[in-house]
Amino acid sequence: MALHFELVTPARLVRSDDVYMVVVPGTEGEFGVLEGHAPFMSTVRDGTLKIYKTDGATPEEIQVQGGFAEVGENGLTVLAEHVEG
Amino acid sequence: MASLKELKGRINSVKSTQKITKAKQMVAAAKLRKAQTAAEAARPYAGRLAAVMASIAGKITVSDSSPKLLAGTGKDQVHLLVVANSDKGLCGAFNSNIVKAALVTARELEAQGKTVLFYLVGRKGRAVIRRVYPKAILASFDTTSVREPGYAEAEAIANELLALYDDGKFDVAHLFFSRFQSALAQIPTQQQIIPVPTPKAEAPAAGGAAVDYEPDEEEILAALLPRYLRTQIFGALLENAASEQGASMTAMDNATRNAGDLINKLTIQYNRSRQAAITTELIEIIAGAEAL
Repeated sequence: MALHFELVTPARLVRSDDVYMVVVPGTEGEFGVLEGHAPFMSTVRDGTLKIYKTDGATPEEIQVQGGFAEVGENGLTVLAEHVEG
Repeated sequence: MASLKELKGRINSVKSTQKITKAKQMVAAAKLRKAQTAAEAARPYAGRLAAVMASIAGKITVSDSSPKLLAGTGKDQVHLLVVANSDKGLCGAFNSNIVKAALVTARELEAQGKTVLFYLVGRKGRAVIRRVYPKAILASFDTTSVREPGYAEAEAIANELLALYDDGKFDVAHLFFSRFQSALAQIPTQQQIIPVPTPKAEAPAAGGAAVDYEPDEEEILAALLPRYLRTQIFGALLENAASEQGASMTAMDNATRNAGDLINKLTIQYNRSRQAAITTELIEIIAGAEAL
């Protein structure tokens, strides 16, 4: 079982993957999301999204700007206005 | 009856017109596919954002302390009509349909004693609206320098609208654009964008699990509203782009067909005249021979 992670911008669906963990730069501090996280919503500050494909793997980094994260039953969805990387 | 030479000239000119319309039709068909893909790619974001908005808005009661974008200015006097047109013609009634819809609404609002202002996107509708409401154009947004509308343009338009709204230049804003249904049908659509209409919450989120908000709901909502506005405008621009190409394709298809019909008619006329000329010539020769 893995965390279903989606990264969406207005122009396209950037990412839709099953990953181990994602660390999101929330407005009130970074938070990591693993599988089975409680429902949660947060705004995201401009920063780096770290995606861990497996436990202990080197994270893949994506720059996001103007974003919003939602954790629900079907995983984590990050809505960002701009994405780099 | 037109001379043979004149007819030949006309046939040639219609032929070159047909070449142009045919080329434009094929270009539009190719661009339409691209525009449709772009519109489809934008759907997940818009859908998710609307869902999030709905779930938050359902938890908050609109009060005076709510963000102005949601609650409105408390007045309903000045209406801003945001009219999104294209920059290029050759697309049938596409632009005039949008402008017509906007003008009808403008008249209705004026009949109710409201003030009407315009914000124009794109070049095409400008002349008509300026003629009817010479003093009501608040501002316009130029899209001639970009090939296709992107999120950057939507962002710029939204920011300008927000600035005007904060200055108290208007109380309510409506967006006019053309919703793309198929290459044959584009529906001029009116949509209220400011104050943001609260999306209808679907049945309470499945499971009904308590959701944690960080920061709290109201702050998230305040951050979401401008973003939601941008997405709405972006969506409208994309729909408009697809509609324009669709309308262009249909209009050019008709034009090509008309040109073909006209060429056929002219060719028949040309052949008849030629035959008539030959017959007259023969009669003259025969008559001359008999006289000897």
